[in-house]
Amino acid sequence: MKTLEQTSRRDFMKLAAAAGGGLFLGFNWSNSSALPVVVNAKDIAAGLIHFNSYLSIGTDNTITIVSPNPEIGQGIKTAFPMIVAEELDADWKKVKTVQGNLDTTIFERQVTGGSGAVPHSWERLRKAGATARYLLVEAAATTWKVPATECTTESNKVLHKASGKSLSYGELAEATSKLTAPTEVKLKNEKEFKLIGQSVRNVDNNNIATGKPLFGLDFYREGMLFALIQRPKAFGLKLKSVNSDVAKSMPGIVDVVTFDNSVAVVGKSTWQVKKAKDTLKIEYEKAADLESTADHNRIFAQLMDSGQATVRRKNGDVDTAFKNAAKVIKAEYQCPFLPHSPLEPMNFFAHVREDGVELVGPTQTPDRARTEVAKLTGIAPEKITVEITRQGGGFGRRLAADYVIEAANVSKLMKAPVKVIWTREDDMTGGIYRPAVRYRFEAALDKSGELIGYKLRGVGMNSGNSTREDNFPSGSVDNLLIDSVEHKSPITTGPWRAPITNFLAYAEQSFLDEVAEAAGKDPIEFRLALLEKAKKSPAGDVKYDVDRMIAVIKMAAEKSNWGKKKGVHQGFSVYFSHRSYVAQVGEVVVEKGKPVLKKVIAAVDCGIVINKSGSLQQVRGGVVDGIGHAMYGNMTFKDGTPDQNNFNGFRLIRMNEIPEVDVHFVDNGISPTGLGEPALPPAGGAVANAFYKATKLRLRNQPFINEEAFKGIS
Amino acid sequence: MALFKLSINNRAYNADVEQDTPLLWVLRDNLGLVGTKYGCGISQCGACTVHLDGKAAKSCVLPVSAVGKAKVTTIEGLSEKGDHPVQKAWDEVDVAQCGYCQAGQIMTAAALLKEKPKPTDEEIVSTMSGNICRCGTYHRIREAVKVAASKTN
Repeated sequence: MKTLEQTSRRDFMKLAAAAGGGLFLGFNWSNSSALPVVVNAKDIAAGLIHFNSYLSIGTDNTITIVSPNPEIGQGIKTAFPMIVAEELDADWKKVKTVQGNLDTTIFERQVTGGSGAVPHSWERLRKAGATARYLLVEAAATTWKVPATECTTESNKVLHKASGKSLSYGELAEATSKLTAPTEVKLKNEKEFKLIGQSVRNVDNNNIATGKPLFGLDFYREGMLFALIQRPKAFGLKLKSVNSDVAKSMPGIVDVVTFDNSVAVVGKSTWQVKKAKDTLKIEYEKAADLESTADHNRIFAQLMDSGQATVRRKNGDVDTAFKNAAKVIKAEYQCPFLPHSPLEPMNFFAHVREDGVELVGPTQTPDRARTEVAKLTGIAPEKITVEITRQGGGFGRRLAADYVIEAANVSKLMKAPVKVIWTREDDMTGGIYRPAVRYRFEAALDKSGELIGYKLRGVGMNSGNSTREDNFPSGSVDNLLIDSVEHKSPITTGPWRAPITNFLAYAEQSFLDEVAEAAGKDPIEFRLALLEKAKKSPAGDVKYDVDRMIAVIKMAAEKSNWGKKKGVHQGFSVYFSHRSYVAQVGEVVVEKGKPVLKKVIAAVDCGIVINKSGSLQQVRGGVVDGIGHAMYGNMTFKDGTPDQNNFNGFRLIRMNEIPEVDVHFVDNGISPTGLGEPALPPAGGAVANAFYKATKLRLRNQPFINEEAFKGIS
Repeated sequence: MALFKLSINNRAYNADVEQDTPLLWVLRDNLGLVGTKYGCGISQCGACTVHLDGKAAKSCVLPVSAVGKAKVTTIEGLSEKGDHPVQKAWDEVDVAQCGYCQAGQIMTAAALLKEKPKPTDEEIVSTMSGNICRCGTYHRIREAVKVAASKTN
C-alpha cells in the first residue's frame, strides 16, 4: 500500500473539517481510466489509500468538492463544483468548494492555461457526481427495502414518492460509505440540467468583499523573511559585481545574497527591503545584443524578405494564382511587446529545508514549479509541497516558474522561510512578455472578386511558429501559403492570454475586411461564402467546425442588426480558438468629429454554458481586455531596457473607456469548451473594422491610439 | 524607527516602523490587515484604497507619519458582518473575477456613496475610473455601485 502524501493528508483534514468531522464519501481516481472507488475516512486517516476526493458528504449534509485547478479569475472554482453538484442533485447552498493543492498522484491536469480545464474534466466531474448519487440511492433503497428504481433525488435528498419517505444525503452518508462504487453510471441528459446553465455567484465572493487573506501576497508565516530582487536592468546584461554595503547597514535588512544574475535583498518587511534595494550599486556586462524597439522594426523588415521562412501550410499553387489575379491586396500588421500585468504581482513563498520544501503561492502550473524547485535543490519532488493560493490574475504570466525558483533560491541561501515579492516595476520590467510580431498578408482576387490565393507570413520573436496555419481562412482558399520566420531575442517572452491569436486574429480579421472591400462584398457575406466553400470543396484539411463558425457569424449579424443601423459604423470579426467560436460586431459612432466605440456584440459558441453569470463576465472581460490592449498596450525598449515600468507609462483600459458589451451564447448542447481566452482574439478586429468604417483609416498597428485615425484623440 | 499610534477600524494599533513607510505596508506587514492590496505603489491602480476619516485615500503613497489622528477604515472594517450595501451589491451582481482589485473598488465606491448617496452615471464612471480591474469587470462594478446606491437611503 502506498502512503498518503502530505498534501493529500492536508486536503483530507480540510475536507474532514468541512464535513463537520463526520463520515464522508471520497473517490479515488488516479487516472482517467480508473473507476471511482468509495473509500472510507478511517482508511484515509490511517494513510492506507490514495484518494482525490472530488467530493465528500458530511453527516451534517454538507457537500465538499475539491477543485484541483488554479483559480486566476476564470471561475473554475465555481464551475467545477457546479458540474459535480448537477449530477449529484445537490442543494447548491450546501456545497462548499475547497482548493486542492498540488498532487500529481491523484489529479491529472492541475494547470490553468489554454482554456483547457473544463473540456478536460467535464466527463469525469459528471461521473463523480453521478456515482455519488447512485450510491446514495442504493443506500436509501436498502434502508427502505424498496427497489432503487423507485427512488428519486433532489436537493440533497433521496425520495421514495410512493411511501412518502425521504432521507437527506447527510443521513445517508455513513451507510453510503460502506457500499462499492458501480463500474458504470448513467449521466443525465443535458435537457435535465437544473444547475448547469444557471447563474451561480463566485464561491469566494464573500471572502473577496471582506478582504480575507486569499492571495499569494496575503500569505504570511511567523518568522518569514521578505525578499526583493534586483534583476539585470536590461535584457542582454549579466551581473559583474555588487556593492551592497549601504543596503546591508540599513534597518531591518538581514542579508544581501546573489544567485545567477540576481541580487536579493532580504529583510524583515517589504518597505525596508525596497528602500535597501534602491541603494545597491551593481555593475553589469554585456552578454547579448541590447535590443531597442528601433532594432525590432529593422529586424522585422529584414526577415520579412529574407526568404528563409519555414512553411507551415501549403495548398494548391499560390504563384500561379497571384500571377492570374485580377487584383492583389497586400498589407502588413504589427504589434508591440506586452507585459501581462496581473494586478497581483509575482510573488511566492518558499521554505527550503534539508528534508523537503514548502511552496505557497500563485502559480498556473504548480507541477512545473515543483519540478523546477526539485531540480534546483536536488530534493525529490515527493518531498516538495505546493499550496495553490487564489491568484490576482495570471494571463499566462504564472505559467512560468521563474519567481518560484527565485523564492527557493533565496530560501536555500538564507536557510529560512522567505517570501519573494516583485514590485510593479519589477513585474513590468522583469521579463516574459507577449512578443512583438509582424504579419504580411497577400490576397489574390479573380475578376468576379473570388479569393483565389492567400498568403500569410509571420515574423515572430521567440514564438516558434507565429501563425496558426490551420485556422480559417485555411481550408476555404484553394491556393494558400502560410509560413513564418523567427528572430531570437534576448528579451524573455512567453504565452500571453490567447497566445499568438491575441494579435493574429485581429490582423487577419482586419485584412479579410480589406479583401472583402476590394472584392466589393459585404464582410459577413464574404466570410460566409468562404465557409460554404470550405464545406463543399475544402482545400486541404479543415480543422475547425464550419457549421459552428457559420452559426456564430449569423447570430452576431442578427443580434447586431448588421448593416441596418443608421449613423452606426459596424465592424465584423470572427475567430475560432481554444475550441470555442466567437463572432463580434464592433459599433462606432462619430461624436463631435471623433470616432467613439459604443458597443461590441458577441456571439459565442463554447458548447454548454456551465455558469451563466461567470461565462457572461468571462466574455465581457475578454472583450474589454482585447480592446484595452489593442487600443493602448505598448511596451517599447531602449538598449534592452523597457521604457515603461508602471501603470503611469503603460496604459491599461479603465471604466471610462469601455464600450457596452452584449453577449449571446449559442445553445447547441455540445460538450463545453473553455472560455478563459476565446472572447479576446476577435475583439481587436471587430473594433478596428468599425473604426475603419467611421474614419476610412485602417488600423494596421497596435496600439491603435498611436495610429493616424486617433491623431489628436486621447 | 518610531512608534505610531493608529486608529484603524475603530481599534487602536501601534506600529514601530520608519516614518516614510506607506500605510499600505504597515497594514499588511505589521498589522496583519492584508485585505488592502498592493498593485502599483504609485497611486495609479487604486487596489490599496482605504478610508481616511471616511474619504477614499491611496494607502500606497500615504506615509504612516502623515496619518496622524485620522481614523483609518480598511476593507476588513467597512462593516462588521460584511454586509455594507456595497459589499452586498458586489455579491448580488457577482462582480469579481480574480477578485484582487475588488477590495479597493469597494472602498472607492463606499466613499463615493457616503459623499453622494445618489451619484449620476457620470459621477460613478469618473470616480471609479481611478481603479484598475485587470480582468475587465468594469460593467459589473458600475452596475453594483448603482445597485448599492439604490439600496442606500
